[in-house]
Amino acid sequence: MPVGSLRVVVSSVSSDAHMWNLVFLQLLLEEAGHEVTNLGVCPPDATVMDACRGADRPDLVVLSTVNGHGHLDGLRLIRAIRRDPELALLPVVIGGKLGVRGGDDGFGERLLDAGFNAVFNESEAPVARMLADFGAFLRTLAGNLAPREPAVAAGAR
Amino acid sequence: MSRFADFVRTAAGAGVLVVQPRMGFGPLDRMRAGLTAVRDCRASTVGTVTLDSYTRVGDFDSARRALRAGDELNGFPLAAHGVGAVRELLDEVSSRNFPVQVRHGSPLPLGLFRIMVAAGVDATEGGPVSYCLPYGRVPLPEATDNWARCCELAAAAPDPMHLETFGGCMLGQLCPPSLLVALSVLEGMFFREHGLPSVSLSYAQQVHLGQDLEALAALRSLAAEHLADIDWHVTLYTYMGVFPRTPVGSFRLLEDSVRLAVHSGTERLIVKTPAEARRIPAVEENVEALEFAAAVGAKEAADCATAHCPPPAETGLLEETRTLLAATLELGRTVGSALVAAFARGVLDVPYCLHRDNAGESRAVIDERGMLAWSRAGGMPVRVPRTDAMAAAPLTAARLTRMLSHNERRYDREDIAGSLLRSAA
Repeated sequence: MPVGSLRVVVSSVSSDAHMWNLVFLQLLLEEAGHEVTNLGVCPPDATVMDACRGADRPDLVVLSTVNGHGHLDGLRLIRAIRRDPELALLPVVIGGKLGVRGGDDGFGERLLDAGFNAVFNESEAPVARMLADFGAFLRTLAGNLAPREPAVAAGAR
Repeated sequence: MSRFADFVRTAAGAGVLVVQPRMGFGPLDRMRAGLTAVRDCRASTVGTVTLDSYTRVGDFDSARRALRAGDELNGFPLAAHGVGAVRELLDEVSSRNFPVQVRHGSPLPLGLFRIMVAAGVDATEGGPVSYCLPYGRVPLPEATDNWARCCELAAAAPDPMHLETFGGCMLGQLCPPSLLVALSVLEGMFFREHGLPSVSLSYAQQVHLGQDLEALAALRSLAAEHLADIDWHVTLYTYMGVFPRTPVGSFRLLEDSVRLAVHSGTERLIVKTPAEARRIPAVEENVEALEFAAAVGAKEAADCATAHCPPPAETGLLEETRTLLAATLELGRTVGSALVAAFARGVLDVPYCLHRDNAGESRAVIDERGMLAWSRAGGMPVRVPRTDAMAAAPLTAARLTRMLSHNERRYDREDIAGSLLRSAA
């Protein structure tokens, strides 16, 4: 895998059957050189968690949801992830239309407190800015991970 | 024949397009008021009862709790109200002149079918593929078995329910029409195989009038061939993808779907309201859209009798659909087993669909002519146009977004053009 390339799990949350947002994200991440596993729509929490264990462990999990229940499903899922010793430190972000009302609904704050590494709420920011923020987050994460590769290689020798 | 199909056939015989809303409310009195308003509006209508999302997935307890607590549900909780109350509601509101369809969206609807049959519901919709692949994780063979039992239950009723396929609406947008028509016909054949005497075949408006006319003509030809011994009609859906944001753009897109329905000989149209892109529409907004569609339909039908109809495109769509049907049907002894095998081998492959039982090797784009075209065939016997620059160009996230918002842009532009014309005058 080239330096700066992340292994990313893309997924919806348990109650959300919207698919186009997941298709879009996969294309976006692959264009940026990342490697994507797309779990698709309506995954039970255990499906998302099991896709991140052992040799499958990704560098990042991206949850995308637009049905307005993301603040509920996302909160429950991130709490389960952070309670799990194997996954407690896994980078996980959530984005989309997270609430039903739109506008400043305060979900972002609550989701961050519960353990997400970043929240991209379409109800709180224009889509273009949200995507720019997401791009910046990916570059930072890739930059932080990249130097580790030679060190791992050296350790293996 | 069911009184649902009977009503549609009588209207078609008189040259009238039947129009239908999407509508579902939690409390009985609001559902009754909505149905009554649709029945009494100035249009030839059938009623709709759309179920809430708890009921759709079989979580009847959550629906019951929400109803008792007075929480807002996004549809009608069929099971929570129960057979007696539903029967009473239908007895009161529906009739030979106003049959009602229940819409659900469930991949495993056997429990819902039991209630619908017991309550004497006129009609419902869905299908083993169309309510499985786009909306969840249920394996296709399991959905197919469940739907087979549903069909047999509906067929055994004293007055068998009318059943509509949702196969012509896969993912709402960016699925080339040959595959939509093939799936619609295959699901219709699946219903017939399991004993249903009266079905309708769906198709959703896409991005090009000529291509849609060609698709609907192909759908009618193939239905006549494969469903000759049962009753059938065609249902068109106003565009289901990303909708225009302006009222003018929304009504123009709805207007074009009415023209498409009239000029293709389609019997029934399921409309969209301008509000629907953002929220569940109010009853008044639904009535407004229905009356608008009926008025446009009457005018188009009059024009059609005296002048020119827009011509269908000639892209070889019927032949491609025929090839898809033949390639599928040779894979199984029954339509159900053929459908399962065809998806397992990628002979049918819905572009962009992430379900595990879909091969996911095909891709579709909007081509240079503004029509839907394949850009990658996967394992399907379909044609990828090699000379079309748009079909050959790489698919990026930005391009996907542009294609998904193609109709939104096209129709909202008319709002801008309109305001420029007004300011010039």
